[in-house]
Amino acid sequence: MTRAAFLLLTVVSAGVAASAADIPLGERKSGYDFMAPETRAMQDDDTANPAMLWVLDGETLWQRREGSAGKSCADCHGDARTSMKGVAARYPAFNAARARPVDLGERINICRTEQQRATPLAFESKELLALAAYIGQQSRGMPIEIADDARMRPFLQAGQDMFTGRQGQLNLSCAQCHDDNWGQKLAGAAIPQGHPTGYPLYRLEWQTLGSLQRRLRNCLFGMRAVSYPYGAPDYINLELYLMWRARGMRVETPAVRP
Amino acid sequence: MLAAAIASFADDATSQEQVRPYTVIGDAIPESLTGAKGDAERGRGIVVNRQVGLCLLCHSGPFPEEKFQGTLAPDLKGTGARWSEGQLRLRIVDASRLNPNTIMPPYYRTEGLTRVAPAYQGKPVLSAEQIEDVVAYLATLRDERAP
Repeated sequence: MTRAAFLLLTVVSAGVAASAADIPLGERKSGYDFMAPETRAMQDDDTANPAMLWVLDGETLWQRREGSAGKSCADCHGDARTSMKGVAARYPAFNAARARPVDLGERINICRTEQQRATPLAFESKELLALAAYIGQQSRGMPIEIADDARMRPFLQAGQDMFTGRQGQLNLSCAQCHDDNWGQKLAGAAIPQGHPTGYPLYRLEWQTLGSLQRRLRNCLFGMRAVSYPYGAPDYINLELYLMWRARGMRVETPAVRP
Repeated sequence: MLAAAIASFADDATSQEQVRPYTVIGDAIPESLTGAKGDAERGRGIVVNRQVGLCLLCHSGPFPEEKFQGTLAPDLKGTGARWSEGQLRLRIVDASRLNPNTIMPPYYRTEGLTRVAPAYQGKPVLSAEQIEDVVAYLATLRDERAP
């Protein structure tokens, strides 16, 4: 083995290579830290957090028997408050049958089609967001912990490449705003670091709950770049990289953002 | 907000034109892209328009009526005192010729871009006429003090 090849292997085996512009782990901030006090208060108080309506729906859906198998989530998983604790903090996670990572929404739909024998829930549908919010809430306060092993690495790398690569008519990368210029103002609004700690979340701009993929599409639209269809592997890779980048940060689901 | 700001731009007929050739000398494009001088008043309108110029998403400037301005890039106050028209023209046309790492989008380049949304493919952000209007306007911003 040549020295160069050995060095390359060493770097690859150490996980996704950190770039010079990465935010030091100790300086990472949630989008929550950039919010106005009244928006924080909305997230902090479950009786004021509009996303809790979806969580309540999710709790009901968890118990509902669906599909030709006539099974509910609870029939297999029992009480979500114990069985789902920490699950959302580990997603996207590797799915062996698909030989690639899947995000929480896709995982819910895999259960629907394969276990419940029901039709998959549409992306951004009230039901899918509600179940994801309910499952996500069970990880609230827990640290994000993404598997960083040999199977995941190519997907993490693809996500990082998407994050750092320039795209669109405006020729911007995600990293230029969220690594290099966080805290600055874009059209008067503070640019956060882009840590997906609270999805699905209630966005005041949307007046509804939405997924991380929906948020990523917003940024791509602003960059005047091609949007991928919901569920595209490109989004999963980017979600995976963003969650890895936020490793150790606390899950806030269901969060509120401006 | 950026997303909402640009929603209507795809229909802008002035963006349909092809990029015309230009000559860079030093750090400037000395000649007008159209051969004519731009209209400073129209230029101001482009600079403050979030659907067209997009400038105030990243820059601040002497626009007291504009509440939401950016801080990612230099304040536009005094731009005309700091740069010649030719220097301004190159910095708008393609600032990456001066600094490959710049965050400033290339306003008059259609080559070397990746994954451009269909509505914008092959089109510059601003037309040659619009860039000349903006250059003419920025050249009038000679006062470094607050408006």
